[in-house]
Order: sequence, then structure tokens, then C-alpha cells
Amino acid sequence: MEIIKTDIAIVGAGGAGLRAAIALAEADPKLRIALISKVYPMRSHTCAAEGGAAGVIKSDDSMALHFGDTVGGGDWLSDQDAVEYFIHEAPKELTQLEHWGCPWSREPDGSVAVRPFGGMKIKRTWFAADKSGFHILHTLFQTSLKYPSIQRFDEYYATDLLVEDGHCQGLTALEIRSGQMKQFQARAVIIAGGGGGRMFPFTTNGAVKTGDGMALAYRAGVPLKDMEFVQYHPTGLPNNGILLTEGCRGEGGVLFNKDGRRYLQDYGMGPETPIGQPVLKTMELGPRDRVSQAFWHEQKKGNTVSTPWGDCVLLDMRHLGEKKIDERLPLVRDLCISYLGKDPVKEPIPIRPVVHYMMGGIHTNIKAATPLPGLFAAGECACVSINGANRLGSNSLTELLVFGKRAALSAIEHVQSGLSASKDAALTGQAQASETRIGTLMKKSAGTETIAGLRKEMMETMETNVGIYRTGSELATACDKISELRQRYAHIALHDKTHVYNTDLMQALELGSMLDCAEAVTVGARDRKESRGAHQRLDFTERDDVNLLKHTLAYYHPTEPPRLDYLDVVITQSQPGVRDYSGAKK
Amino acid sequence: MSERQIQLEVLRYNPETDSEPRYQTYSVPCMNEWVVLDALNYVKDNLDPTLSYRWSCHMAVCGSCGMMINGEPKLACKAFIHEYTDQVRVEPMANFPIERDLVTSVEDFIAKLACVKPYLIPKSDQPVSAGAFQQSPAELKKFKQYTLCINCMLCYAACPQYGLVPEFLGPAAISMAHRYNQDSRDGGRDQRQEVIASDEGVWECSFVGACSEVCPKHVDPAGALQQVKVASTLDWYKEHLMPWMKK
Repeated sequence: MEIIKTDIAIVGAGGAGLRAAIALAEADPKLRIALISKVYPMRSHTCAAEGGAAGVIKSDDSMALHFGDTVGGGDWLSDQDAVEYFIHEAPKELTQLEHWGCPWSREPDGSVAVRPFGGMKIKRTWFAADKSGFHILHTLFQTSLKYPSIQRFDEYYATDLLVEDGHCQGLTALEIRSGQMKQFQARAVIIAGGGGGRMFPFTTNGAVKTGDGMALAYRAGVPLKDMEFVQYHPTGLPNNGILLTEGCRGEGGVLFNKDGRRYLQDYGMGPETPIGQPVLKTMELGPRDRVSQAFWHEQKKGNTVSTPWGDCVLLDMRHLGEKKIDERLPLVRDLCISYLGKDPVKEPIPIRPVVHYMMGGIHTNIKAATPLPGLFAAGECACVSINGANRLGSNSLTELLVFGKRAALSAIEHVQSGLSASKDAALTGQAQASETRIGTLMKKSAGTETIAGLRKEMMETMETNVGIYRTGSELATACDKISELRQRYAHIALHDKTHVYNTDLMQALELGSMLDCAEAVTVGARDRKESRGAHQRLDFTERDDVNLLKHTLAYYHPTEPPRLDYLDVVITQSQPGVRDYSGAKK
Repeated sequence: MSERQIQLEVLRYNPETDSEPRYQTYSVPCMNEWVVLDALNYVKDNLDPTLSYRWSCHMAVCGSCGMMINGEPKLACKAFIHEYTDQVRVEPMANFPIERDLVTSVEDFIAKLACVKPYLIPKSDQPVSAGAFQQSPAELKKFKQYTLCINCMLCYAACPQYGLVPEFLGPAAISMAHRYNQDSRDGGRDQRQEVIASDEGVWECSFVGACSEVCPKHVDPAGALQQVKVASTLDWYKEHLMPWMKK
């Protein structure tokens, strides 16, 4: 097996991984950086983010307001020290991107424009039309080409971390093009592998979002934190889950039920605001968890619109006019016309909530460090946690910049601490074990299970039992079922025995990652007996700050369900309070 | 949502088992609103797990799933089944080496993109602490269109010149250079000009315009190349006929 020696290995080359790589290259041009990703950087799912990135820049805004919106939006499960760090770094990072050429939309005077998003008291979302994530990703990727020390390993799938003498010292990865396993020896590893929304059938997430980075750390003994908190975005296209950005509502789009009623007023987000005059933190500018939950209630009441793709509500943007839609929401218009055959300039668009983002992830602290020395994580795969129980729209793009850079700086500190590397033989032994594991998986042909079959059962289980509202009995069912699927995974058969671009093998590995992550979601959800943010229980309807102002930590077990532990939330200045999204009252 | 059966004819090639490419036909029950990518996913999940192709976002923004569909370069996620007859032929992108099945090698494009210095080379040094650069909406509009390239490489698959002269930098890379050249914050045109005004650069373009026709994001690389040609010609005049204009 080829050994590639590097100083710092990064797994994942989306927004967080690229930001980390650039920070490393800038900090010390002599550092050897291996940027490893299962796809080419510009294919990473950061490209699909639409609305924008939050950072305080305007004179009417303040750090205190961004802090309050984030912590309240997260239903007080955010670690407040991390939020403080995040909001202070946010404007610097967004300005840095501007200096790297990001085509942010502008005010007439040439300054960077901001737009409102849900749950914000002041508008503070920097945006590049409705392709913000795309532009951020490409700006970072293109900027990364400046630095010769960033050595990319495109289309390499990370299989296992190498952990020896108590610290992380590299990883093994499969070169997809050749099918050969490579051993990366590194003095520190940063995981930036994205979320795992693909464990659900109806999601905005691209095919790559299979939780591989999370599972990589999890299997090495690093806990996954708060995995039960899964965000439904309120506005997805009903036929395929394509995202229509929150910017649609930020720019003034409104939601109607089948009777033409602005139903959000019936769920604590009213009173109704006049069409064309959106009020911040009110009605359509409520937070994602609340807006998605309102849909669920409307559906139960029979107030939704029946469509060939299931029950929907209507997102009406017609009053914005063609000029504004084309300037601010050109992608949304294109997506609606192309994929649904409906033009938002001319008619309301049927939408329904769709799985979008995982607040949980690899347990990291404010320095983006995991409990495993030498291992760091950033972006959606990590849980710092600034997002708590419900992420505020437009905080995630900023998060991957702030903590991507932070992970890089922490990795450098770790490298400079002078821990000596373990002997080649020990690391190679582990790498060979990983190679054997993959080899065994590939050879399987007598199996009785199919990848597509197990994946379908997993998705159905998650959709049916781990949705917007949950119950103890459904969650128990889901736990049993996912546990069963993990057992059955041992009996899958691979049909493709060749080595070059074996996507049968890739899908088998991705399914393994998703099942591991899904179990952390279901077990965490079953045992969190309260309702908070995106985790709503019909059998425990109240938030329990006495017993559960805590993060869930799930520890991996190869054959059993995870062991859970709990960790207190860090509170620095804001005690849990009431989430008020009825600003229009005041 | 009506359903119909299509015959999906897919080019297959596995370097480990095939001496040359072959076609394999799958009978796929399609919903009318499907895209070709959905049909490929149906094959992968239900008929043949050995079929390989790239895809991710399913919304025409990640640029992974470029391929030839009935001979035209298309994103499989934006090629609607209802626009085709019941016979659909799918092949890997033209002008790129096949790795396997519908997967082609991207390396040549990535190298070309990198060599045009596709990043901001600031006109003036300004620390981040001094805040963002000013840029008017009109200045942004000058280059915005060229930022929309998703690197799907369909323009290379359509470009007759790239097929003939593989050294040609090609539409997307030159458009990206033009994008930064047109950015009011950038001062790097002279550095990029060495590459894009070279023999392998813009002068290879025979202005057929196929690149702009197939671009799924309406970037109009042909327009960018034309503008680069005009600007490069002016450079030549300045240098050779008006030496006093030289910087």
C-alpha cells in the first residue's frame, strides 16, 4: 500500500475543507496539506446553498442581536461561548471572501447588500443572488488553486482513521479511480465531510451527503452530538425536494393554505403582516422549525392542497414582480419552471417541508477540536454547537468559514505541540486492517441483501418515524428497525468486483455510514423526552430545561446501539426563555 | 404523472473487463416528469448495480452529471424524459477520455482552469480589517454572468476545436479568466493574458458558438471569447503600432 506522508490531512473539500486548506497554506507555506475528497471540490454540496451567509456589517445591527437570534433560534441548546466566537469572526470571514472575489450582491452605493432571513431581528444575510453557496464554494476552490502546498486528492473515499498512542495520525482512503487503498500519515486530521441528510428519502441534500465524515469519526470512538436534531426546511419542491431558499420569504414571499389563509398567524407567528411588507421575525420570517411544524398541523387539519406529489401549501411570490424575482431569485425561478413547470412570476408554487440540515455531528469544542487529540472537524459534519436545536437560516455558510479556519489554526497548534509520530509499522498495521475490511466487503457475493433494498428500508423508517413530530413508540420502532438494518448490512452482496470507479462499492460504504449515523439520530431522539427546536415529541410536548438543557453524546458500538451520555450546555449570558416570533404585535 | 417505458441505451466500458466500449440497453419505466438521471438511478438500483456515472445535486448546480444524451452534451439532471422519444442513448461526454461507463477524466479541464489564474489578483492591497471593497451593481453586472460557470464541461464536449486541438484552453477556462479580468477589484489581467492570448489560448477558437448553445447556465462563453479576442487585438495594436501607449 502506498504511504503518503503529509502534515495535515483534510477529509472533505467543500466550503469548510477548502477554507481550512487555505488557512493552513496561508499560515505556513511549508506545511504539507493533503485535501482528500470523494468528489471534486466544486461538486461538494456547499454549491447548493442558496440564500446567503449571516454576519453583522450594517450600522443598525449588532453582535448582541446576532447572538440573541442564534441562541433563541437554537432553543437555548447552542453553546454560548461558541456562538460568541462565531458572531465575532463572521464579518471578518465574509469580508475575506469578498477580498477573494466572491460576487456578493451590492447596494446601489457599492457596499455589500444584506437581506432578511427567518428568525432575524435585523437583516444581516450577505447574498450572491440566490446562488450564495455556489459562489462561496467556487470562490474558495478557485482561490485554493493559488497555493501549491495544497495537494488535492480528488475522488478519494476516506475509509478509516489511524489512531495510535491515543492520537489521530492519519487515515486510509480508497482512490476511486483505481480502487487502490492509500495510507495517509498525518500529524493532524480535519474532517469536513458534510451532513447525512440522505438517510431520509425526501431531502434537499445531494447524493454525496451520506454522513461519511461523521461516521469516520464515530467509528474511531469520537461521539456524535445532538444527532436527533434534524432540520426540515419549510419550502421544498414537492416532487423532488429541491430547495427554494428562505430568501423567497426574506424578499417578501408568503405562505397560504388551501383556503388562501396566511396560516402561520395561527401558530404564534402572527398577527398577519401586509403582503409586500414583511416584518422581521414574524409570520413567514419565523424560524424554520416553527414554520415546518405549522405545515404539519395544517396537514392534520386538512388545510393543505392536494397535489400529485402529496399535500402542499402554497408559496406566493407573484407580488414581488418579474424584475425583482429575476434579480434576487433567478435560480428559484429557473428551478420552479424547469422541475415543476410553474413560473413563480405567474402562479403560487406548491411546496412542503423537506429534510435539509443536521444540527448534530461530530462533537467538537469552541476550537473545532474533537475529544480525540489530533482530530478536528468543521462544517455540517461537526457540532460545535452554535446551532443548538434549530439552526438559523444563513448561519451554516458562515459557520463553515469560521470553523473551517478555526480547525486549521487548531490543527497547526497541535502539530506544533511536538507530539512524535508513532512507528510506521503500527500505522501500517491499522491501514492494512482497513484494506482487509474493504476487501472483504468487496468479495461478498453470497449475500442476501441489496444496497438499494436496505437503503430504501432505512429511508422509509426515518421518514415514517423520525419526522417533524415524533412519538416514543414510533422512535422505538425506528431504533429497532435501524438496529436490524445494521445487522442485515453484514449480509449485503456486491455485484461489481472490479476496481475502477466501482460505484457499487462506494454506495455500500455510504450506506454503512448512513446506517451508523441514523442509529445515533433515532436513539438520541428516543431518549430525549422533551420538545425543543427541531425535536418535537407529541408525548413530551414541553421543553425540559431542568433535566435536558444538555447535549446528547452518542458513542459507537460495532454491533450494538450507541451508548448515550449527556453534557451540559454552555451558558454565558442568556438563560433559556420564550421564543417570540410575533414581532408585529409590538 | 403518467408512466411510460423507455429503452435506455447506455455506453458501457470497464477497462478491467472490456477491450472496447459497447452499448447496453435497459428497459426503464419512467415517470413523465423524470430526468434522464432518474432513469439512470432506476437502472443502478433495480437493474444493474455495476453501472457507473457521477451525480449529486439533481438541480443543475454541482456540474457532476454531464454526458451525451442522444448525441448532445447535457446535464442528466436537466434532460427531461418528456422531451425525448422512447429511445434514449446515453454516452460519456465527448472529447474527454473515458474512465469507465459514463465517467470521464476531468484532469485536463482542471489543469486548464488552474493555469488561467482563476482568482482575484487585487488591484490594491487592502487588509480585511479595512472592510469590503466597493463595487457598484453596474460593475458587478460586467462580470456576473461569467461567474455562473458550474464547471460541468459541456462546452468542451461541444467544442469542435477542443476535439481537434486538445491543447486549446477551451471555453470555460477562458471565460473564467475573462470573469476576473472584468472584475473592478482585479488587477491581474496582464498575468492572465500571457496564457489566454497564447497560441493555445483564445486564438484557437474558431467561433462556432457551440459552447454557448449547450451551456446549462447561460454563461455565454462564446461571447467571453469574442471579448477577449477584441481586447487582445487592441493590446497588440497598442504594443506594435502605438508604442508610446505601453505601460
